[in-house]
Amino acid sequence: MSAVDSTTGHHAATGDPSLGGLGGILRLGAARVVYETRVYFRSPDSVFFTFLFPFIMLGIFTAAFGSAGNIGTNPDGTGGISVGAYYLPGMLAAGMLLSGVQNLAVDIAGEKGDGTLKRLGGTPLSPLSYFMGKIGEVLVTGAIQAALLILVARFVLGIDLPTEPGKWLTFAWVFLFGVITCAFLGIALSALPRSGKSATAVVIPIVLILQFISGVYLQFYVLPEWMQNVAGLFPLKWMAQGMRGVFLPESFAGLEQSGSWDFPLVALNLGIWLVVGLVLSRVTFRWIRKDS
Amino acid sequence: MESSSPVVRVRDLHKSYGSFEALGGISFDIRAGETFALLGPNGAGKSTAIEILEGYRDRSSGEVSVLGADPQRAGRAWKARLGIVLQSTGESGNVTVTEQLSHFAGLYPNPRPVAEVIDAVGLASKAKTRISRLSGGQRRRVDVALGIIGRPELLFLDEPTTGFDPEARHQFWDLVRRLKAEGTTILLTTHYLDEAAQLGDRAGVINDGRLIDIGTIAEIGGAEARVPLVRWRDAGGVLHEVRSEEPARIVAGLAADGGEPADLEVIRPSLEDVYLGLVRGHRTSGGADATGDGNGATAGPDGATSDEEVLA
Repeated sequence: MSAVDSTTGHHAATGDPSLGGLGGILRLGAARVVYETRVYFRSPDSVFFTFLFPFIMLGIFTAAFGSAGNIGTNPDGTGGISVGAYYLPGMLAAGMLLSGVQNLAVDIAGEKGDGTLKRLGGTPLSPLSYFMGKIGEVLVTGAIQAALLILVARFVLGIDLPTEPGKWLTFAWVFLFGVITCAFLGIALSALPRSGKSATAVVIPIVLILQFISGVYLQFYVLPEWMQNVAGLFPLKWMAQGMRGVFLPESFAGLEQSGSWDFPLVALNLGIWLVVGLVLSRVTFRWIRKDS
Repeated sequence: MESSSPVVRVRDLHKSYGSFEALGGISFDIRAGETFALLGPNGAGKSTAIEILEGYRDRSSGEVSVLGADPQRAGRAWKARLGIVLQSTGESGNVTVTEQLSHFAGLYPNPRPVAEVIDAVGLASKAKTRISRLSGGQRRRVDVALGIIGRPELLFLDEPTTGFDPEARHQFWDLVRRLKAEGTTILLTTHYLDEAAQLGDRAGVINDGRLIDIGTIAEIGGAEARVPLVRWRDAGGVLHEVRSEEPARIVAGLAADGGEPADLEVIRPSLEDVYLGLVRGHRTSGGADATGDGNGATAGPDGATSDEEVLA
C-alpha cells in the first residue's frame, strides 16, 4: 500500500477530521443548498408546477371572479376585500406546500429512480448534508416565491399589505415553520412512489385534494364542517389559516371555524406535523432500496 | 506487491434473492495496485458481486473485506477512499460538467484538481456544457470522471466503456494505466475482452454465480486453451484447422508439400476465445464449480497438440 499512501496521504482515513466533523457536514450542506437551488431553477417541470403555479392560480382567480365583486362585503354591498386580496394568503400557503411537499417528493423519488441517490450513496456525503441541501433549497425557493407573490399582489393587483410589524413577525414564523414542515413531509412522501415515473401520479392528487379542502382554491368558510374538520387533520389548513390571519382584515377572523385565527393552534399543528415529517424522513430515507 | 493484506478479500460469498442464488460461494483476493477484471456473461452475478463490495447490497453469507473494512458496516471515511463508476445511470444532468465535478470534489477530503480530471477524460471542450446535452459516450466519461475525482485508493469500474467509440476507449485505457501507475487498485467488469486483456493483471470468470476460473490474463483458461490454430485451404478448397504448439513446423510442412496454401492463418487464441471456451464449457459441463485455479471445467476446444479437423 505504500505507493497509495504517498499519493493520497490518507491511508488511515477512518478518523479523517475533514470528513467526520459536524463542521464538514454543515459546510457540505451549504454547498448542497447552492447546488440544489441551481438544479431546481434549471428544471422546467419543477419551476412551472411548484414555483409558478401559485402565480398562475392567483391570476386565474383574480381574472375569473374579480368582476363578481368583493368578498366579505357588508349587506349593502360596500366594504370587503378584492378577490385577489382574499386568495393571496391561500396562494402563499399553496406555494409553501408545492415548494416543499410536491417538489421534494417528486424530486427525491426521481433521484431514487434515475440513479442520483445511488451515486451519492457511494460518496462520503452524509445524508444529513443531503437533507440540509433539500430543505435549504425549499427555504430559498419558497422565500423567493413568497416574496414575488407579495410583490405581485401589491404592485400588479394593487392589494393592500399589512403595515403592523407584528403581522410580519407572524408571517415569518408561519412561513418558516410551514416550509420546513412541508420539506420534511416531502422527503417522507418521496418513499411512497414505487418509481420515479409514478411519482407525480402519486404525489399530485394528494397535494391537489389538500388544496381543495384546506381553503386554498375554495373559500374555507363555505366548506361543510366535516370537510373543514378533515382538512384540520392536515398541515395545509393551518398554514392557510395562519396566512389569512396575517393578510386578511381582523373582521374576517369571524369567518374561521372558531371565530378567531387561533395562532397557537396553527403553531401546535405545524409542530406536530414537523415531528411526524422528521421521524418519517429519518425512518424511510435510504440512498438505495437494499434488498433483504 | 509486498503488501501483507489484500485490498479486497472475498471468501465463500453467497447471495440469494428469495430462492434464486445469484452468487454461489465465490472467493478471490485483489492485491494493492492490481487491476482485476471480473468477467462473465450477463446475469452471471458480476454486478451483484461488485455491489456487495461497494456496500450497496448485503451478502447472504461469506466474508468480505474491502480496504480492511466490512462494506456492510463501513462508514463515510471508508467511502472517501473508494471510487465507484456504476453501470450507466439516467440522471437528468441539469448541471455542467465542471459544476458537477466541482461539487463532487467537495465531497472528498483530498480530491484531484477538477480541470485535470476533465482533461484526463477528454471533456475539456465540454467543460461548460450541461451533462444533459452530452452524448451517451460523453456522459459515460463524466461517470468515470466522478469516479476518480476523489483520488480513490480502490476504483470500481462497472462496464466503464459502454458506448465509447474506439478512440475514446483507447484514451480511457491510457487513463486507467495512469491511475494504475499512481498505485490505484482497480476492479473492472467489462464485456470487451480486449479491454480486460489490455488493462487487467488478473481476471476471474463468473458464470451462474460461480467463479469458474481465476488467474493472470496470460494463464487464464489453461495452457491448452491457448494452443495456436493453423488454418488453411487445400488445393481442393477444403478448409483445414490444426491446433499445434509448433505452428511454424506445420506451416513449413505445408509449404514443403505443395507450395503456398490458400487462406493461411496462424491464430493465437485471444482472451475472448479463451473466455468463450470457458463459459461454453462451463455450460455444457452442467455448472461444475471450480473456485480455485486451473481449468477444471473447460471442455472447450480440445487441447491435444496436433489433432486435425476438416471442416466443410
